[in-house]
Amino acid sequence: MKKEKQVCDTEILRRTIVRMAHEILERNKGTKDLCLIGIRTGGAHLAHRLQEEISKIEKSEVPLGVVDITLYRDDLSERGPQAKVRATDISFDVTEKKVILVDDVLYTGRTIRAALDALIDFGRPQSIQLAVLVDRGHREIPIKADYVGKNIPTSPSETVEVRLKEEGFSGDELVVVSLEEKS
Amino acid sequence: MKLLIRKAHLVDPKNKVDEILDLEIENRKIIEIGKNLKSDGEIVEAEGLTLLPGLIDLHTHFREPGFEQKETIQTGAGAALRGGFVGCVSMPNTNPPCDHQSVIDNIIRKAKEVPFHLFPAGTISKVREGKELSEMADLKRAGIWAVTDDGDWVKDPLLMRRAMEYASMLGLLVISHCEDRRLSANGVMNEGLMSTQLGLKGIPDESEEVAVSRDIQLARLTGARLHVAHISTARSVQLIREAKVKGLLVTAEVTPHHLSLTEEAVEGYNTNFKMNPPLRNREDVEAIQQALKDGTIDCIATDHAPHTEEEKMLEFDEAPFGVIGLETALAVSLTELVHSGKLSLAELVVKMSTRPAEILHLPRGFGEIRKGTEAGFTLVDLNREWTVTPEELVSKSKNSCFIGRKLKGKVVSTLCMGKRWTY
Amino acid sequence: MTGTWTRKDLLGIRDLSRQEIQLLLETAKSFQEISLRPVKKVPALRGKTVANLFFEPSTRTRISFELAEKRLSADTINMVGSTSSMVKGESLKDTVRNIESLKVDIVVMRHSSSGAPHRLAPLLKASVINAGDGINEHPTQALLDMFTILEKKKKLEGLKVSFIGDILHSRVARSNLWGLTKMGARVTVCGPKTLLPPEIEKLGVHATTDLGEAVHGADVLNLLRIQLERQTESFFPSIREYATSYQIDREILKQAKPDVLIMHPGPVNRGVEITSQVVDGPYSVILDQVTHGLAVRMAVLYLLSGGSREEEA
Repeated sequence: MKKEKQVCDTEILRRTIVRMAHEILERNKGTKDLCLIGIRTGGAHLAHRLQEEISKIEKSEVPLGVVDITLYRDDLSERGPQAKVRATDISFDVTEKKVILVDDVLYTGRTIRAALDALIDFGRPQSIQLAVLVDRGHREIPIKADYVGKNIPTSPSETVEVRLKEEGFSGDELVVVSLEEKS
Repeated sequence: MKLLIRKAHLVDPKNKVDEILDLEIENRKIIEIGKNLKSDGEIVEAEGLTLLPGLIDLHTHFREPGFEQKETIQTGAGAALRGGFVGCVSMPNTNPPCDHQSVIDNIIRKAKEVPFHLFPAGTISKVREGKELSEMADLKRAGIWAVTDDGDWVKDPLLMRRAMEYASMLGLLVISHCEDRRLSANGVMNEGLMSTQLGLKGIPDESEEVAVSRDIQLARLTGARLHVAHISTARSVQLIREAKVKGLLVTAEVTPHHLSLTEEAVEGYNTNFKMNPPLRNREDVEAIQQALKDGTIDCIATDHAPHTEEEKMLEFDEAPFGVIGLETALAVSLTELVHSGKLSLAELVVKMSTRPAEILHLPRGFGEIRKGTEAGFTLVDLNREWTVTPEELVSKSKNSCFIGRKLKGKVVSTLCMGKRWTY
Repeated sequence: MTGTWTRKDLLGIRDLSRQEIQLLLETAKSFQEISLRPVKKVPALRGKTVANLFFEPSTRTRISFELAEKRLSADTINMVGSTSSMVKGESLKDTVRNIESLKVDIVVMRHSSSGAPHRLAPLLKASVINAGDGINEHPTQALLDMFTILEKKKKLEGLKVSFIGDILHSRVARSNLWGLTKMGARVTVCGPKTLLPPEIEKLGVHATTDLGEAVHGADVLNLLRIQLERQTESFFPSIREYATSYQIDREILKQAKPDVLIMHPGPVNRGVEITSQVVDGPYSVILDQVTHGLAVRMAVLYLLSGGSREEEA
């Protein structure tokens, strides 16, 4: 039995992303040297939306990249068959750029650690800032987001899911907290 | 020694016996066959068991002298007795080869210690080189029953002609390992779809058939008794059939593995399925089974070829050819041929005892159970099922292609030269 | 999304399903980009040890594997050529014990005897990758060939792919044939009758001795190296005569599709199976094959280094 709790609906989600775009521009004083790199797969979609919002506000397009962190995970080959590797696509030089690393849910911080390692292999950015749609707490590594869409306190037994159209969800876009209940 | 076997199902096709009888033995000889016999000696209750004349194998590699790490006459004879055999033709590809009477003397002496009937074969050519004839007359005086360069075919047709002429003068059987090595071209399995799929070099059927064909022609030319060893293909069967129709003194044997397995067994590169000739196709197996039924193939012979685990652990290309067979031959043949209804039990006894004794011109008493002759027989539980495991085998080598196979029929006891072995 | 990888070993393409081949090719696609980065290395196999056991001389395949291993951060050890006693008859068992005691995770094995890795694999806890066994299989070569065709043609289904040369002794042809037929390509093998394997057509390919037939309308020509020793074994009368019958030159290429790809596993005998102009010409993707080999081998190493697997049959 799965118990679901809806935290954000489509409209709240849209406003949150717009706000985050504004915060990013405010903190970095415009789009100069700015680039967005989303973490596959959820973060990649969010990065794309942020790029759209930023271009609406600033009338300029910031470079967008996608990083797949599978090969940098610290739990590789410890569980079951290997996770599917998808391509990393960063077609611009990140050196001296202000990189906004984007993910959907910030949890233990291990994914971000892997993404930071991957990014460093692509060059030496001026700075790396972290933007997440949801921070659900329970960090296992000292990592902190610079831009947070929503803080959602959760228990470790719960899961947090961001259901975007790009992920194949139809109907309303939602952020859902669900709990698998033992029957 | 006094022994009474009671109520055994006695099957002796030579004397057309197929009924439940008692058998009385005294001083190694059968003194009476009949019903309700009495004895004050040892009594063996054999109700439910089948008593067959001791099996004779025309093709065994005992490896002694020279390759005692693979098998010795002692261990090989032990395996033979366990398989129901009382006599074997030992192949001469030893080191030194059986091309000198001293080697034969030694072999026969060792067999007597077991005791076991060994019918040694001498080489056709000195050092099995295919160049000059061995001293066959001398070898015969030492006790050989046949000549062969087994493992190799005598390539030189003129030498083979002379060998056949000379051997027939001496009344010796000529056994031929029919294989044109050039055509085998370093192949390691049957040539065909499977060799293409496994990426292994193939040995075509014709490598055997070309050789069978030539030797049949030479048998006609010389009038020699030619025994074609381990035939494996449908066309070889046909060549033998035609030779027999023409009245030539040609006989043939097949191994238990060639009458039951196909090349598909090689899948997985298990070297216990690497043998020469290689396992062939389903059609060949069917032709062989048919030929056993119609008499074209005279007998089943094991080609018992022990190799050590270390040798068989090598890569498929590098591992030696050959598998052991003495301990499984009867059970495989019973399972494949008799229990499946393809041959009667009496027909199988002909293939494994009666005909081998006739082909070799063995004296009376071999290949039959006859009053007044030396007793040599095996008691079999036809319906006992067992699974072949390496631990089960007493042969020094464990390279059996039937490991893991469930077989039906097991030797319970063998009597040979006055000594009874029970299992 | 195609399925997950559950095998311990990669012994041949013959064993693989179409889905498994697809997974390997898709994974390779993801690894392609790594070799274009400023730091051409990912930590995926950090702490893993890979042993390259080459019981037969090889430069290309060994270097490609070694580089793939290094780019995945694996530790590598090399046992090459006659430095191993296995060729001289050391039993597989002893080789196995040695490898086990070094706590190796993956064994990459090249051997002159067909089936050698198949016999080694069940005895080892480590994964075994067949880097070419005798005349049997060379699975990573077939994967990189298929990958190269996919890169250029965007599909395999329905393509006419012809192999020309010594098919009988070619593990490259054999692995490709298993793979391409599973992926729906139309495969033709072509060479003198002495060098065509028996009953090859039963495997779903077309066999011909006529070069024109193999080239006509072909989307891909995969040329195999012809070895001089085959002449002394009388598989053909002379290299010269072989070249007159089976050499790919610009003239015969006119019969192929206009966008035909020329492939060769290397090393190339210029002027024998192929003219220099064709090797260096616009249709040749021989160097792309080398580059793709790296991505394919990284993908294989990555997938085989996974954790728990299904029990081996």
